[in-house]
Amino acid sequence: MDFCLSPKHAARQIEFREFADRELQPAGHTFPRDNLRKMAGRGYMGLPVPREWGGQGEDFFTYILLIEEISRICASTGVILAVHTSVGTFPLLYYGTQAQKERYLPGLARGELLGAFALSEAGAGSDAAALRTSARRIEEGYCINGGKVFITSGGEADLYTVFATLDQSLGSRGICAFLIEKGTPGLTVAPPEKKMGLHGSATTELQFTDLVVGADQLLGEEGKGFALAMSLLDGGRIGIAAQGLGLARASLEATAAYLASRLEKGDQVSQWARFTLADLFSRLEAARLLTYRAALLKEKGQPCSREAAMAKCFATDLAVEAAIRCIDLWPPDEYEGEYPLFRYFCDAKVTQIYEGTNQIQRLVISRDVLKTFHK
Amino acid sequence: MNFALTEEQEMTRKMVRDFAEKEVKPGAAERDENEHFSRELFDKMGQLGITGIPWPEEYGGAGSDFLSYVIAVEELSRVDASAGTTLSAHISLASWPIFKYGTEEQKKKYLEPMALGEKLGAFGLTEATAGTDAAAQRTTAVLDGDSYILNGNKIFITNAGEAEIYIIFAVTDKEKKARGISAFIVEKGTPGFSFGKKERKMGLRSSPTLELIFENCRVPKENLLGQEGEGFKIAMSTLDGGRNGIAAQAVGIAQGALEEAVAYAASREQFGQPIGNFQAISFMLADMATKIEAARLLTYQAAFLESQGLPYGKASAMAKLFASEAAMEITTNAVQIFGGYGYTKDYPVERFMRDAKITQIYEGTSEVQRLVISRYLLKG
Repeated sequence: MDFCLSPKHAARQIEFREFADRELQPAGHTFPRDNLRKMAGRGYMGLPVPREWGGQGEDFFTYILLIEEISRICASTGVILAVHTSVGTFPLLYYGTQAQKERYLPGLARGELLGAFALSEAGAGSDAAALRTSARRIEEGYCINGGKVFITSGGEADLYTVFATLDQSLGSRGICAFLIEKGTPGLTVAPPEKKMGLHGSATTELQFTDLVVGADQLLGEEGKGFALAMSLLDGGRIGIAAQGLGLARASLEATAAYLASRLEKGDQVSQWARFTLADLFSRLEAARLLTYRAALLKEKGQPCSREAAMAKCFATDLAVEAAIRCIDLWPPDEYEGEYPLFRYFCDAKVTQIYEGTNQIQRLVISRDVLKTFHK
Repeated sequence: MNFALTEEQEMTRKMVRDFAEKEVKPGAAERDENEHFSRELFDKMGQLGITGIPWPEEYGGAGSDFLSYVIAVEELSRVDASAGTTLSAHISLASWPIFKYGTEEQKKKYLEPMALGEKLGAFGLTEATAGTDAAAQRTTAVLDGDSYILNGNKIFITNAGEAEIYIIFAVTDKEKKARGISAFIVEKGTPGFSFGKKERKMGLRSSPTLELIFENCRVPKENLLGQEGEGFKIAMSTLDGGRNGIAAQAVGIAQGALEEAVAYAASREQFGQPIGNFQAISFMLADMATKIEAARLLTYQAAFLESQGLPYGKASAMAKLFASEAAMEITTNAVQIFGGYGYTKDYPVERFMRDAKITQIYEGTSEVQRLVISRYLLKG
């Protein structure tokens, strides 16, 4: 075992941290185009994409460090990056044809194109295989009808990976994945949802009305779409764990700095405040180790479903609790300008929900635990 | 970063698990019931080479690292927390200060037989009025010719009565307060050194906990450990590493409870199906498993840092705090999953729950850990 970051990872972590501190702004209520442009300028929109495809060729672990640091400053930017990379770019990289890769990958990796992922439907949330958006084979390719909900970067993205079923009676084996470009006739994007947090990230419904895509836009094989989506889950969850980690750090580091400044001024810091901080920082350290371990397993291609679920569940639960408890330690009137802890709390809540709710994570973990320890 | 154990660490785990399953587990419930300490088990640990895991071979050790040591404590505690604490107190509390602060002669005379498992060690710091406030020592040591004369009482001493070697703290200069405390190596059988009440405890019942009594007990001058006045520093630095051992105990206890709970949840049927099918149970198991992993990573990290010679005080306090709190919660939930059966002595989960409690208390209560951690965080 070695709990120290490699010199290369440590150097990149510092680079990401300094970049986020200096260059990024919290998104507010507008889509953070400036942040994304700056990240693209550094190659961060395609960090783990091979160099031959316009990316930086970094490992998955480095990408996780990036998500953590970005989310610490702006969780909206963090989720846009995570969705763009984990589920907007990786499926193309893993399953795309040469032609599909040539067409889209360099643009995505350089951040000229933004990727999105359309799986959830009104009647298919945690039960993703119950999706009803239909794909019908036609002469020109496929005709798609249906609707998606809660699509991150909806309306802002240039390329959507959309899941639809050829035949609902086939269940998950009837599902296909399609690459659908922004502006394709038949694609309608609803106005962004009004959300509790992540105000900078656009979340929309998508409607497909007799939308025609060529057969060359099918990603992977017919009927393999669900397996494709599932294969992305572990990586996606580790990304959200890193987002939770970044958010938890945002709350905790700000609060520790505030309390330390009180001490410096000669004020007392109550034992209760100290103990709260001690508990939360201990859990933060644990969340960090769980997340990094899952990321390393993923990078090495080892099974990591349980570890990814544990990291996601633990880190995102902490992100919410850290924000709530830090609010009590830091009176709003002590802060000049926008009070950030409300934002951290509101942003954090959804990390317990998307990429598999934490209830789904507990299902994944308990199934594995029952299997492992029951002889 | 690399989260895989080395081959040597894996071998240690396999060896200790095998020993724990075959030799420790079978009598654990009975020893608990009868408050019986088994010296035979400690002797066997010595034969296996785990009584001196982290010490160099020249002192009779296995030449391994602190991570292997915490793995051994974890594996023993997984079946019997009392066996875990015997080893933990022996290595972390009694052997460590000799290794760290002892003279060459002291190491040869005391560390070597302890590492070989020929002698058992104990650590006497706590007094009736000096618990969390450990600097408030009343035991005194007065230099008289070639020896110090010790007077006073120590309480709650793990391995007491059974151990041959004791690290004892006493005041040599009252004026200097914490800086007037010194550490001594005291052998069992020294005239004036006797044992008081054996505690009857809620948990860890097969690990003896006794009072130590010093009445004009003469300790040779050469048994001063470190310098005069260094005692408090020695005690505090010993406890920093000792916390890794307690964290490992907590992880082992929790792991033992989880495995019992999983087996029960998978086989116990109600409403026509295994209760593990119900989310009320399975989600509890998921949280238990996640917290154990988190606690284990924190514990291994602290032990890794110590092995590397890097600062580990904050990491070991975090590991001890998180792991012991998690162990209490996890063992309580294990009893809950067993329902009424869990409350009986027919199953081991009630023992795990009783054993878990002390991990939140000894070698610095959870409250002390929080204080230590917050000082690191706020630098004040």
